[in-house]
Amino acid sequence: MRRMSWFNATSLTLGFVFLYLPMLILVIFSFNASKLVTIWAGFSTKWYGELMRNEAFLDAAWVTAKVAVASSTLATVLGTMAALVLVRAGRFPGRTLFSGMIYAPLVMPEVITGLSLLLLFIGIGLDRGVLTIVLAHTTFSMCYVSVVVSSRLVTFDDSLEEAALDLGCSRLEAFLLVTLPIIAPAVISGWLLAFTLSLDDLVIASFTAGPSATTLPIKVFSAVRLGVSPEINALSTIMITIVAVGVITASLVSKRAAVKRRNEEQAAGRA
Amino acid sequence: MEQHVFAPWLNPDEKPLIQFKGVTKRFGDFTAIDNQTLDIYAKEFFALLGPSGCGKTTMMRILAGFEQPTEGQILIGGKDMRAIPPNERPVNMMFQSYALFPHLTVWENIAFGLKREGIPKDQLNARVEEMLRLTRLAKFAKRKPHQISGGQRQRVALARSLAKAPKLLLLDEPLGALDKKLRQETQFELMDIQEKTGTTFVIVTHDQEEAMTVASRVAVMDEGRIIQVATPADIYEAPSSVYVADFIGDVNIIQGTALKAGDGYDIAWAEGRAPLHSKREGDGFSPTNGASVALAIRPEKVSISAEQPSGVTNAVKGRIIDIAYLGNLSTYHVELEGGQMIKAQTANTRRLSRRSYTWEDEVWVSWTDTAAVLLEG
Repeated sequence: MRRMSWFNATSLTLGFVFLYLPMLILVIFSFNASKLVTIWAGFSTKWYGELMRNEAFLDAAWVTAKVAVASSTLATVLGTMAALVLVRAGRFPGRTLFSGMIYAPLVMPEVITGLSLLLLFIGIGLDRGVLTIVLAHTTFSMCYVSVVVSSRLVTFDDSLEEAALDLGCSRLEAFLLVTLPIIAPAVISGWLLAFTLSLDDLVIASFTAGPSATTLPIKVFSAVRLGVSPEINALSTIMITIVAVGVITASLVSKRAAVKRRNEEQAAGRA
Repeated sequence: MEQHVFAPWLNPDEKPLIQFKGVTKRFGDFTAIDNQTLDIYAKEFFALLGPSGCGKTTMMRILAGFEQPTEGQILIGGKDMRAIPPNERPVNMMFQSYALFPHLTVWENIAFGLKREGIPKDQLNARVEEMLRLTRLAKFAKRKPHQISGGQRQRVALARSLAKAPKLLLLDEPLGALDKKLRQETQFELMDIQEKTGTTFVIVTHDQEEAMTVASRVAVMDEGRIIQVATPADIYEAPSSVYVADFIGDVNIIQGTALKAGDGYDIAWAEGRAPLHSKREGDGFSPTNGASVALAIRPEKVSISAEQPSGVTNAVKGRIIDIAYLGNLSTYHVELEGGQMIKAQTANTRRLSRRSYTWEDEVWVSWTDTAAVLLEG
């Protein structure tokens, strides 16, 4: 392998330090025996134990998981439907308006989205709780799903669906049996994107959450305002681990699939 | 001895399988098909031939049910197709891109249409196996489309569209993605399969050689109109217009004015030169005296000689400008006195070193009075 020039080595080091030093410090201090966050007093895993006994955190984590699964699933269904209309339906009255409104929440300040949803929920008399957070998260994350899915649909060969119709499928069967399995990777990444957006959303959740339901980000944020406890560090470390394992597994799986496919295509070319 | 010739279009009692009746298709301001009427008969291998944008693909998509005609009527087996969606038509289509389902194996691709019909499992298996045998794909049944070669994918697409035993199979540029050698092999395979299964095939192509090879009849299209429908031999030997003559194969066109003379026409084509004589006119064309006409002659029907040939109706002197050597054939580009270019093609039955003529040679080109076709000029 070629040796790296001093410039590249410096850039790489700076990049890594900038991105990961804060997280590294957080992880290290989650194993601190002392209650004081900034003073090292030996290695301990006691804060992880404390965390497991903290009902409030566990409740918040459970609410967050429920909200993330429900809202990302709902957002995936709605976002995929919106993408289908935008890519497939051709020109129809109001198309530009619709596509503009689909993408607007991407650039809309979250505070405004949150506030308007809050006003809506108050207006229709919906008690704030898990349901309102789910609805709010669905609203903004379906735009992301729709962007991801429509970029896949643009390159989708329409003759595949026509072939399904030609072979006796109804429109719905053609979509479920042919289109959906083929665009599944995009739909799944849309779901994952919506899921992570929902997991770490603080702003919109704090507008739409009520006393009966608090998500983890809100819990962490309010706990930190009373001072950073090592428990929070432990919680954050667990979340970092989950995300890292997820990302690494996903990239390994997709890389192996790509290599396998390339080899098979080359073998088919030789045959 | 009377030989049975397949020509249902000549039999007035024969009922056509497909009828286009005054079909027009417009996309916005653009007219893709302009009031066309066409009959196609059962067991035909019918080719729609034309340059891209001539409306041939639209004709096919109307048959498949992906487009609705703006005006007019389509009948398949005597039944109006207007309200019938694609999935309920007795028609299957082989797509230009093959449109194989990438997430299914070869076997599942072929079985796809049969499963929708809900036929019993043992019949389904038997039918898929039969299709795999017919297209010589049995070895690849468990592979996915990306694991097989282009030629094999083409056969999967064919097997899948034939599996439901449609009355009518539509083929949209089926061989476009194959290289030349494989394409020629596959053309014969297609004809073979068409004969074995007795299915009516309608093929869309822009490749005139392909249309001539496979089809029982060819429809030459241009700008939304069918210019001529005829057997490949008639299309080639008796084109109905300069467009068809020029589109199919190579042709010499000599412009002139016609004058009735004896059993044919004399064509005045250049100042101060003897008129050319021709006994054949294009279908339904009878020029009045003085009408401007185009004389179409295929290069292989033009002879070339060093001396003035005797006993030939048309002989004109010229000079060889260019020689295109194609291996089996050579095409001589001869400039006649007065500037008209004529292509003459000869088979290279002798080796090249013993060729009789070379560049700048003075030669005579000649053809008989039945070699050329007189067309509207």
